[in-house]
Amino acid sequence: MFRSIALAAALVLVTGVAFAQGKVTVVTSFSKDVTDPLKKAFEKATPGTTLEVQNRNTNAGVKFLEETKANNQVDLFWASAPDAFEVLKAKKLLSPYKPKATGIAEKVGSYPVNDKDGFYVGFAASGYGIMWNERYVKANKLPTPKEWQDLAQAPYFDHVSISAPSRSGTTHLTIETILQGEGWAKGWRTVKEIAGNLRQVTDRSFGVPENVNSGQVGYGIVIDFFAFSSQGAGFPVKFVYPSVTTLVPANIGVVANAPNKAGAEAFIEFLLSPGGQEALLEPTIRRLPVRPETYAKAPADYPNPFKDKNLQGLLTFNAELSEKRNEAVDVLFDQLVTFQLEPLKAATKALHELDAALAKKDNVQARKLAQEARDLIAAMPITDAEAAAPEMRAAFTGGKQKTARQAELEQQWAAFAKEKYAAAKAKAEEGLKLAR
Amino acid sequence: MAIADAPLTGSRSTGAALLALAIGLFLIVFLVVPVGTVIYVAFTEKGGGGFTLVNFLDFARTDLFVRSFWNSIYVSAMTVLWSSAFALPLAYLTTRFEFRGTALVQTLGFLPLVMPPFVGAVAMQLLFGRNGTVNLLLDEWFDFKIGFMEGLNGVIFLQAIHYFPFILVNLSAALRNIDRAMEEAAQNLGSHGLRLFRRIALPLALPGYVAGASLVFVKVFDDVASPLLLNVKEMLAPQAYLRITSIGIDDPMGYVIAVVLIVIAVATMWASAWVLQGKDYATTQRGGGGLARRKLTRPQSIAAYALVVFILALVLAPHLGLLLLSLATVWSFSPLPDGYTIAHYARVLGDSSVYITNTLLYSGMAAAIDVVLGGAIAYLVLRTRLPGRSALDWGAGAALAVPGVVLGIGYLRAFYGVKLPDGTPLAALWIMIVLAIAIRRLPYALRAAYAALQQISLSLEEAAENLGATKARTVRRIVIPLMTGGLLAGFVTSFATAAVELSAVLMLVQNNSDAPLSYGLYVLMQTPAGRGAGAALGVIAVLIVAICMGASQLLADRSQRARGLDI
Repeated sequence: MFRSIALAAALVLVTGVAFAQGKVTVVTSFSKDVTDPLKKAFEKATPGTTLEVQNRNTNAGVKFLEETKANNQVDLFWASAPDAFEVLKAKKLLSPYKPKATGIAEKVGSYPVNDKDGFYVGFAASGYGIMWNERYVKANKLPTPKEWQDLAQAPYFDHVSISAPSRSGTTHLTIETILQGEGWAKGWRTVKEIAGNLRQVTDRSFGVPENVNSGQVGYGIVIDFFAFSSQGAGFPVKFVYPSVTTLVPANIGVVANAPNKAGAEAFIEFLLSPGGQEALLEPTIRRLPVRPETYAKAPADYPNPFKDKNLQGLLTFNAELSEKRNEAVDVLFDQLVTFQLEPLKAATKALHELDAALAKKDNVQARKLAQEARDLIAAMPITDAEAAAPEMRAAFTGGKQKTARQAELEQQWAAFAKEKYAAAKAKAEEGLKLAR
Repeated sequence: MAIADAPLTGSRSTGAALLALAIGLFLIVFLVVPVGTVIYVAFTEKGGGGFTLVNFLDFARTDLFVRSFWNSIYVSAMTVLWSSAFALPLAYLTTRFEFRGTALVQTLGFLPLVMPPFVGAVAMQLLFGRNGTVNLLLDEWFDFKIGFMEGLNGVIFLQAIHYFPFILVNLSAALRNIDRAMEEAAQNLGSHGLRLFRRIALPLALPGYVAGASLVFVKVFDDVASPLLLNVKEMLAPQAYLRITSIGIDDPMGYVIAVVLIVIAVATMWASAWVLQGKDYATTQRGGGGLARRKLTRPQSIAAYALVVFILALVLAPHLGLLLLSLATVWSFSPLPDGYTIAHYARVLGDSSVYITNTLLYSGMAAAIDVVLGGAIAYLVLRTRLPGRSALDWGAGAALAVPGVVLGIGYLRAFYGVKLPDGTPLAALWIMIVLAIAIRRLPYALRAAYAALQQISLSLEEAAENLGATKARTVRRIVIPLMTGGLLAGFVTSFATAAVELSAVLMLVQNNSDAPLSYGLYVLMQTPAGRGAGAALGVIAVLIVAICMGASQLLADRSQRARGLDI
């Protein structure tokens, strides 16, 4: 076994082309729609290899590699969320590989395509935005959104869907993007104002496009390819990138102690090759290639991060900061939004009514109450410094220097949110009496 | 009816002891150890440290968990109520009366249990959701909508449709075992109608009803899928699932909840045993017996058919939705799909043959294991005085409450390090998937076997033994044949539900060629473009189960008739 790997490695060095054979096992969160065409193309381009696809969601995949590392049988890990790769890297479950392919962009948007330490490689990019069902919007006479803030407006009440950031790596990045783009306090204000209009917080990222497609909700906050592949399947949906968004690469990395390292490397090279990149344009896949020349073959309205103005000069995503407060942001969202959705919605509804009344007949006192209610909703139990502090992290990861147990923090934050939302609702109702 | 008599004493044969030992060992290796490797976390502080109960204190102090706990209790109890309302008429009419289409009703009435993951949810939303078929039509015609699927009531609605077959199957098996002579005797004494049902049929069938109802209660209490598909997260089982899968495998609270779930499951089983305690449900004669069933008058018969059709239409609506979805081109915000196609079937046909073979193989093996184990445990508990026999019962019953993902992770932990001679890990073998499914479905078969044995009078066995038969021969010639109906019910329940098991399977599937249907479905459902194909695969799964169901129903009827002539 070892000798054949050494031999293959030598061949790679000599010829620059991976000499791959046998079974290449990949754990991936991508669906059959994505993996099947790529598997077919890879097996054709590299005769003698078969790609064995194990489908697991990102979290389960990470856990699987962790649980089985003593006797690892997997060659590659292949998924969207860069933070999952950061976790794997930190746990020493990846082995570095530098791709030979040339003509790959250094950055998409403002995010570096590859890991700076070489443990994983970006092969496609994706951005976050808003998708909506045209039939639903038309039937309910609703507006078309452009920015995140639009979703916080009164007409959108009870029409928006999102998946919980603790459940979906992509939503986590969306929230983190808003927090980084607008700052901690203002970012959370935006997030909670949108959250007040939520119909539901789903526990699977796929739940959002599903509900938008079937018309159970009007709008969804999603990663772009959910919308593009829905369009590819014929659903009456539209998608927009708000100006505060970021493009992040979807990645692949070689697992440490891979049984077929040569095969793993061959697959990475294939993904980055012109053929592999073109396969990303298929209607069922619709990821943004990292090879700029590939866009020449794309359909007319395909977004091009290397040319399109709205995708230029996007926010520079700070992965380090995101990593530091990863758990805190997830738990905050769950305790302040997911599990307090009813009180939050009740306060938001009252506030929308107050705003409508004020628009008809202004009242200084009521206006002041409305602002107070807004501030109550936006209030946060911790600052950004506290969220990123090592003691906070320790509470979630089981470190020694922690301030409190996770369950205690959760209860504190939930109680905080419940009290604030109730107070906000009372203020808004008080204002409504004055304004009428 | 036999006079109540205590189980046989003194029959502590070594055979029974060995059997108990073997079953105990099986449960320890494939249930206790794997689950133990995961669940001990509940008793440690995060990040290591010794034994502590502080996590349970945190549980009681967290509003969210306490709220979830009461929500779960409420939903489970209400679901039992509604499921009974669906199941009682179907079971009573089809077993105690001359009712044409009995086999069809029994088969169709069972299908709701076979709800393929994910796509079943989509189909329900498309029919009953806020903008589903029913509500879109109501809105257009009458300007109002009904929140079938909103909040806890939505969960109860969905769960009652989904799980009522547990009651139907067990109650039907029990009713079928009641000899017609019992009713005739009552009728001769002037009883009829509801009184006859309330005073004769229902009490005699109580073991079957309690077996079904307790299963429904525990299942709903522990169910993750249905609440989550309605986005109801504030229930206990979803909380455990969400914590374990999102916060991580080291977080104690998820396991604290898992421990609470297991305690509730065992308590429910204990309570159901307690309800039946001190009463005897055995009759010396078996049902059928060649005697005629009761006849319905014409108006009665029309009312009966109307009721049966209404219930079936309601509980099978999800499957109709699934069928439509599998044939739909685009179905979005409209009462019916925009157009129809068979492309989805064409797409899954290539892959599905391996999935189908695997599903049949795994579910069949798992259900066979369950029936053997369930029958043996029921016998040991009810017919012997072995010390510690009820531990087997509680152990197997607790399997009901172990979340699938916990079992899956436990299997990886316990068996991945064990290498076979060629280096592949033990946990990577497909047989481990079978064992995991078998453990998860064991309680179904166990409940059914229990109910079946409780209805057999001890005097039949005593008679055989008095005539010189050995214990083993008595079991083989008397007990097993008389339990056939119940065991078959257990087999079918285990088999059908095993066919759509996902949570444990998802952790254990190591390559596509070993994957069952539910896994194929999961893979397809990861994109919006996959739901039509997923639905097609779901329809295939339901069809397979339906065919197997129908076949075993026929078999049951035939054996019943054959034995009827024998007696």
